[in-house]
Amino acid sequence: MRNFLQVMVDAIALGSLLALVALAIGLVFGVMRLINFAQGDYITLGAYALVVPAASLTPTLLLGALPVPLMVVGVLLVVVMMALATERMAFRPLRDSDPATLLISSFAVSYFLQHLIMLVHTGRPKSIGIGQALTTPIEVLGLRVPGIQMVTMGVTAALLIALVLFLKRTPMGIQMRAAAENFQMARLLGVPANRVIAMAFVISGVLGGTVSLLLIVQTGTLDIRMGLMPVIFAFFATVIGGMGSLVGAALGGFLVGVASVLLQSYLPDGLRPFRDAFVFGLVIVILLVRPKGLIVTGAARERV
Amino acid sequence: MQKTAVRAFLEKVWPALVLLLPLLLVVVLADLYGSVLFQRTVTDALIKIVLVVGLYIFIGNSGIVSFGHIGFAGIAAYFATWMTCCAMMKPITMTGLPDFLRLETYSLWSTALVSVAAAGLAALVIGLVLMRLSGLAASISTLAALFIFHAVYSNWDSVTMGRASIVGVPTYVTVWVALGGAALAIVVAWLYQTSRFGLATRAARDDEVAAQASGISLYWNRLIAFVISGMVVGLGGVLMVHFQGTISVNAFYLNLTFITLAMLVVGGMRSLSGAVVGVVVLTSVADVFRRLEAGIDLAGTRLSTPVGTQEMFLAALMLLILVFRKDGLMGRRELRFPGARRRTGTAARSSQTSV
Repeated sequence: MRNFLQVMVDAIALGSLLALVALAIGLVFGVMRLINFAQGDYITLGAYALVVPAASLTPTLLLGALPVPLMVVGVLLVVVMMALATERMAFRPLRDSDPATLLISSFAVSYFLQHLIMLVHTGRPKSIGIGQALTTPIEVLGLRVPGIQMVTMGVTAALLIALVLFLKRTPMGIQMRAAAENFQMARLLGVPANRVIAMAFVISGVLGGTVSLLLIVQTGTLDIRMGLMPVIFAFFATVIGGMGSLVGAALGGFLVGVASVLLQSYLPDGLRPFRDAFVFGLVIVILLVRPKGLIVTGAARERV
Repeated sequence: MQKTAVRAFLEKVWPALVLLLPLLLVVVLADLYGSVLFQRTVTDALIKIVLVVGLYIFIGNSGIVSFGHIGFAGIAAYFATWMTCCAMMKPITMTGLPDFLRLETYSLWSTALVSVAAAGLAALVIGLVLMRLSGLAASISTLAALFIFHAVYSNWDSVTMGRASIVGVPTYVTVWVALGGAALAIVVAWLYQTSRFGLATRAARDDEVAAQASGISLYWNRLIAFVISGMVVGLGGVLMVHFQGTISVNAFYLNLTFITLAMLVVGGMRSLSGAVVGVVVLTSVADVFRRLEAGIDLAGTRLSTPVGTQEMFLAALMLLILVFRKDGLMGRRELRFPGARRRTGTAARSSQTSV
């Protein structure tokens, strides 16, 4: 029983992290039908902003040398600026394209950013020690939980609540939900398209920056592909949850996280290396049973 | 009688064959005067043509962007490796292989046939499931299929040696062999897109509802396109492994997927000529950048661009094409040459309609 609880804590911690990435992808998809694969590179970029560009394997800290509150704000700011820049330069001119074209363009943006980071920081993995105090396990109700897992869960909960309040209570949030429901109609009723979409990118940047900090504390390594796996899993999480539904995205994130940790723990030894294949297989199965995802929104319906 | 049949066939494939003439010219020049490096670049480009034309057969005709086809290239390439590679090492390093692969080595022809068939079979099995989906859901699940391929092959240590490279695959692919592969791919693509199945798939691409109302089955027509393109991409994978002599699972992952898609997008997703033109253009660009990265002498100072600029330029070029010329350099047209009497009806008509 204790073992099972321990596994569940791991599962929920991973699920929280994926839910954050999935929310960022889902939010942007809601307003402009873009599955932003570059979200992973926002995460990578935020992490690399912590250090000074150099070939050294243990680089000197840049933003990482600041006091914690300033460091957090700094990283978030960098990622938000980058998200806005990609929106303005790459995605805005393509706004009227079909979703598949947008998906290809986000691959191109991702490829661009990845090599930009490689150009500046070189492609070698680096190690970085930030917030190592958080990785020591704490005893909670007889379970040993690494502090960072608690932080991840807490931050996710706080951000989820903040996001819900923003979407339900503020004028901007309401406009954003209207745009996600029916973009043309919302525009006709005076919702400023540029501002709503830019806002969605700002939020996806904030979420991306948060994930980079959480990941860095957890792993302590910088790698130009560090954002890839989270974004792939989160990408499928939004699909499972239902494209365009934010509740679905968060739910999908948790589901994928929980599924992969459970598979990791309970698959027979011979099959365990193929865990990811099972998770992706699950995605295809869910798409076949419910092509629109678990939670269907108006946004997912194709307009003939 | 015989002669007229041959003549009719040649007339039918003439528009595809003329695409090959410039390629043939380059190959002859490379063979006669080119350095080893230049020959390798040309061979590599011709193999890319096989891959991109294979992609085009599905993406261009069905309008569904697939991110998973490189997986079929990987499946075929691994099959070719198992059948031909390293007779001494194989029984020890790849213990999970069945005996007929582990202990035997096969001829190159039968290997190519069987490997392509394996890719086709994989495409059939996956297509049977995925072709029920359409639009974005289909694209996403092809991506999931690629990740499944990668997750399985990079962990299936007993037959693929995990992420390590397998070396010692016989290399027989010269420029001429690669040209043969490219020719085959182009002719297959042309025959398919002018066949009734190809026309039906293109009709469904332009208007799903109207096509279905005219009695066209989206499912079966797309499945046929998926299998044929899976096999052509598989052929590309076989040529790749027999050209490089080594294989590793990461060679068939996101980078190759991105490069081949970029070639298709730049050339024009809806045109067979576009697929070929895209490969030629991007290979030339990459070659220029490779030289720049190696450094050039300019008025006594050695200038070189940092590593990575090539990829950034490629991505930027792809974005520019998507923004300013959505249908790629070729648009929706096919190249016309003297002797191609008329364009086929579909090509002419679909260039008028918008998506």
